[in-house]
Amino acid sequence: MSLSNSVIIADGAPAASGRKVTVLSKRQRRIRNALVAYSFIAPNFIGFAVFTLGPILFAFALAFMHWDGSNAITFAGLDNFWLLFEDKAFIAAFWNTVIYTVASVPATLVCALGLAVLLNQKIVGRDFFRTAMFFPYVASLVAVAVVWNMIFNPEMGPVNMLLYTLGLDPKNMPGWAADRHWAMVTVILFGIWKNMGYYMVIYLAGLQGINAELYEAADLDGANSWQKFIHVTVPQLGPTTFFVTVMLTIQSFKVFDQIYMITQGGPGTSTLVLVYHIYNEAFISWDLGYSSMVSLVLFFLVLAVTVFQFRRQKEDEA
Amino acid sequence: MRIAGRKVTIGTIAIYAIVIAVTLIMLMPFAWMLSASLKLSRDVFAFPIEWIPSVPQWQNYVDIWTKIPLALFIYNTSKLTIIVTLLQLLTSSFAAYAFAKLNFPYKNTLFLGYIATIAMPWQVYMVPQFLLMREFGLNNTHLALICLQAFTAFGVFLMRQFYMSIPTELCEAARIDGMNEYQIWARIMLPLSKPALSTLTIFTFVSTWNDFLGPMIYLTKTELKTVQIGLRMFISQYSAEYGLIMAASVVALIPVLIVFLVLQRFFVEGIASTGLKG
Repeated sequence: MSLSNSVIIADGAPAASGRKVTVLSKRQRRIRNALVAYSFIAPNFIGFAVFTLGPILFAFALAFMHWDGSNAITFAGLDNFWLLFEDKAFIAAFWNTVIYTVASVPATLVCALGLAVLLNQKIVGRDFFRTAMFFPYVASLVAVAVVWNMIFNPEMGPVNMLLYTLGLDPKNMPGWAADRHWAMVTVILFGIWKNMGYYMVIYLAGLQGINAELYEAADLDGANSWQKFIHVTVPQLGPTTFFVTVMLTIQSFKVFDQIYMITQGGPGTSTLVLVYHIYNEAFISWDLGYSSMVSLVLFFLVLAVTVFQFRRQKEDEA
Repeated sequence: MRIAGRKVTIGTIAIYAIVIAVTLIMLMPFAWMLSASLKLSRDVFAFPIEWIPSVPQWQNYVDIWTKIPLALFIYNTSKLTIIVTLLQLLTSSFAAYAFAKLNFPYKNTLFLGYIATIAMPWQVYMVPQFLLMREFGLNNTHLALICLQAFTAFGVFLMRQFYMSIPTELCEAARIDGMNEYQIWARIMLPLSKPALSTLTIFTFVSTWNDFLGPMIYLTKTELKTVQIGLRMFISQYSAEYGLIMAASVVALIPVLIVFLVLQRFFVEGIASTGLKG
């Protein structure tokens, strides 16, 4: 009782001095309003809490346990953590994830921005082109990965056939997904091809938010298209570029599906990434504690990027 | 003037050249897939590529239905996708209304809970989630996948961002007219949020239809499997039947293509209104 009264006063509502009736009716209205609001949230929140929030908390706890999923759980302390440093596959997965991110994020970003600028102009068939660029993003990964594998087939695929007709020696031909040195390149190219359209759409949205007067002013100053791009478009798209960078980075930390479909982490450990390692440790080795520990590493990587984003955003607003 | 006119033309030609080249790269795999789906397996890798097969193997599109229970897989996937998408649209827009337009205790704390999980990789908690579902006896049920995908933080976030852009005065006016909150949601917010609903529909439909790790972990019985899992099975089982694999892949792509083409005009608008400014 006293608690809710103090809440009302703290909220800056009329002081509760004596006029008990007003306070009570106000309080009742607040409660009713709150109940209405909770009724809106409940259908989603209950499902979300049970099937997402709960498992997340459980995952954090599991990182400090030994468990194979069927026998008793035992406390592991930091065992799983120390194991990370001895696990060669984890170390490979960590660096592969970094390599994937460093290579694919800037490349995707540049392609997406370039395309968005081109497709923001009034050209014939613009809607068709936009849709075409976006389609790989919505297409089923299983289906496109199998086509990709066939097109990049080292022996019979059209890509190497084309290289052959262009005069490349079959001995020097890239082995793509089957080749230790080319597997990562294959996966990265596939990722750029598949995701570029999505980020292009985000850039298109950003471009539409740029004030046209800025371009008119640049025209008056006699700026050419390239100067306008560098001095108006790029700076104006700053927040969008930052958002896209963060999204791409998080997404590339989480890369799994395309690797599962194209290289299965191989050859050797050449395309093994963190999520793939998590999957292997959990559903192949059934070492759930250790798998959760690797998850925790991934979580902290993503968290670091997200916190950095929030800081940057606050700075921008200030 | 003439020089300026010519300059524009060269620039325009360059733009078209680049755009067409990139479009070809983006669409080539699909064209190749379509072409290969009408060929005999031994002709699939013939080079130079014969884009339009001289003798189209329509039989491929007949055979895929009998080699695997493709119709059943499509039924299962459709059922899952439709239920998940409807639940997602309904519960997300419902919750988003409260987060955008109502005041209540712990609003920010609850919303922070949602935001915090958006960046959380599913793989971080897929194992505990799997164990939880097993505990509930939901392994090998479609209900597990529905629970897994229908209540996402992303949906709530996306809808809320859109609702924030709708003037609060509109709700106030409706309240003065005697509408209750449920009526405001149903009669004002929902009709106004078509672009956001379309965006969420595309995202949910596409990700549920295309999902394969979820069904792969949860569904081991053949009669429950989805198209993507069926497709993977088919690929490993008939790994040399390239024509058939491509035909099945084309069939698996068609529903997503349709939904995407129908809703895509709302798409840029939807993404634009999901608030890049956070």
